[in-house]
Amino acid sequence: MATLESLGNETIDDLGLEEQEVIVGRSLRQMAWLRIKRDWVARTCMFLLLLILVVALLAGPICAFFGVDPVTGHIELVQQDGSSLPIGPWGGASWAHPLGIEPGYGRDLMARLLAGSRTSLLIATVATTISISMGVVIGVFAGNLRGRADAIMSRFIDLMLAFPVLLLILAMSPILTERVTNFYAQFHWDNDTLNHWANVTMLILLLSVFSWPYLARIIRGQVLSLREREFVEAAISLGATNRSILFKELLPNLWGPIIVFTTLSFPGVIAAEAGLAYLGVSVQEPDSSWGKILTYSIGYFVQDPAYFFIPLGLLVVVVLSFNLLGDALRDALDPRANRS
Amino acid sequence: MVPYIVRRLVVLVGMLFALSLITYILFYAVPTDPASLSCGVHCTPEAVAANRHRLGLDDPFYIQYWNWVKAIFLGRDFGTGYVAMHCDVPCFGFSWNRQMMVTDVITSVMPVTIYLAIGAFVVWMTVGIFTGILAARYKGSIFDRGVMAITLVGFSLPSFFIGLVILIFFVVRWQIVPYPNYVPPTEDFGKFFMCMLLPWITLAILYAAYYTRLTRSQMLDTMNEDYIRTARAKGLPEKVVIRKHAFRAGLTPIVTSAGLDFAGLLGGAIITEKIFGLTGLGSVAIKAVENLDLSILVAITLLGGVFVVVANLIVDILYAAIDPRVRVK
Repeated sequence: MATLESLGNETIDDLGLEEQEVIVGRSLRQMAWLRIKRDWVARTCMFLLLLILVVALLAGPICAFFGVDPVTGHIELVQQDGSSLPIGPWGGASWAHPLGIEPGYGRDLMARLLAGSRTSLLIATVATTISISMGVVIGVFAGNLRGRADAIMSRFIDLMLAFPVLLLILAMSPILTERVTNFYAQFHWDNDTLNHWANVTMLILLLSVFSWPYLARIIRGQVLSLREREFVEAAISLGATNRSILFKELLPNLWGPIIVFTTLSFPGVIAAEAGLAYLGVSVQEPDSSWGKILTYSIGYFVQDPAYFFIPLGLLVVVVLSFNLLGDALRDALDPRANRS
Repeated sequence: MVPYIVRRLVVLVGMLFALSLITYILFYAVPTDPASLSCGVHCTPEAVAANRHRLGLDDPFYIQYWNWVKAIFLGRDFGTGYVAMHCDVPCFGFSWNRQMMVTDVITSVMPVTIYLAIGAFVVWMTVGIFTGILAARYKGSIFDRGVMAITLVGFSLPSFFIGLVILIFFVVRWQIVPYPNYVPPTEDFGKFFMCMLLPWITLAILYAAYYTRLTRSQMLDTMNEDYIRTARAKGLPEKVVIRKHAFRAGLTPIVTSAGLDFAGLLGGAIITEKIFGLTGLGSVAIKAVENLDLSILVAITLLGGVFVVVANLIVDILYAAIDPRVRVK
């Protein structure tokens, strides 16, 4: 007499399901991660960016290891014929100065690039974080509240997008620097530290304040369409509170656009910092940032190509990697793509 | 259609008001004294006070703002007697640095910026859309990959870099083109063209990279639609499928971006103008920032904002004309 258990086993054996490959249900996040892992371009970009980040974080030890620093000049290493170009090929590269030295004072290029990396990466990271948080919060609120509040917020977003941002940043920078310097004066730092942080804060504020509306608009649109979806309706009909809908239903679905926007906004901030440095809005001597180094080095494009191409190469690698990574992430997070 | 446009116009007026108010507040918050800038080296406190009174700078903020807005529509007279100055409609105030009415400053340099924007726009739209369509048509080919790689690198280069490299090579090194020395097109079109060529190309490269990618992705998106398959299935030649069915449908986001980017450029291409030494709105704006010439700054900022807001409206109306569903919302 066949028990229920054996009957069940028999049926499964008969169907031969054991041999068949088991189809695993994967969430979009898991699939995106799998796709990214398979994509060698995305892997290479992530590796390069992590490498640059680690090197920038270890700037102090690396400089100490080579015995260089970003401030000391080496007049004896530049030509005394008035051109102040570094002596020797490759921008005066040697064991003591692996990437050569700057024309002029003869400061070590590697040390300056490392110091500049810290500044630029710090500015880009904090500015991106601020603009993303503002964009998400305002976008979610506008989309979630709907009605009049949404209309007002949308108009505000439109208004922010209408301003000539570069001009406003240029016009605001001297005033903001002054205000921030006055604010920091209470901490009694020495002059260099004060100048450094005042300028960095000014750049962070100006670069973040004007970049959130783009994300806010995208997020608002997403929230509006998500709110009409069945799973949100189901949650509402089950009596979910507004808060749990926001955190459990809406936010998890917004990760895609947020991540993609982050990877595209970060290089945007770095490029914007470079453009501002060209227009004279940057950290002050002897501080350095990527944009500042590049702005100086462009004048030596012909006479001292190494001094020019090393900073440019670094900047392009970072921006390019982020853009490529952003593209790969967008493809990976595309729910319409083939789920395999 | 008409109610939609009227509704949008009402919103536009509100936006312009908010724009002017915010601009005025932003620059009003600047802690400088325009009056003290106004009287040069031999300055006495009395002269500063007199100028301040003449320009109405001793009034409270809201009265200053009101007078400023009123002047745009009605014109304004500064002072009385022999120091009186009349400022015609639209009046944006007086620039002490230049000893000129702001409106005159702007109208004298505006053509440069307009020509720059139009030329660059034509170049980048033709190059971008054409390359984008070709890249989408031959997706995965060497051409497509090459275009994608080039645009990505072009995208990643800092904006001022391309202009400076072009300047160094074409003007300084090879001397193919003379250093840009602006001549109005009505005077000598050949010289004007040679002068604007490099700025046009510089600006266009940056945007063309973006528009190539945008067009390509739009085309690829629409090429996957069912009606494209239908069009092919009924035996239409590929050329017609692309031109009439895919491109038309994919055009809308490109129109939106193009309208806004063009409007943004009309407010002054600051970096390109600086590189090539063109005296357009952008250069005037930089000068105004250096001299804290607030009346010019306020006017240019507002003008830039107005261009974008108006372009937004035009794009939206175009949208509504193309796609009737938009009107209902």
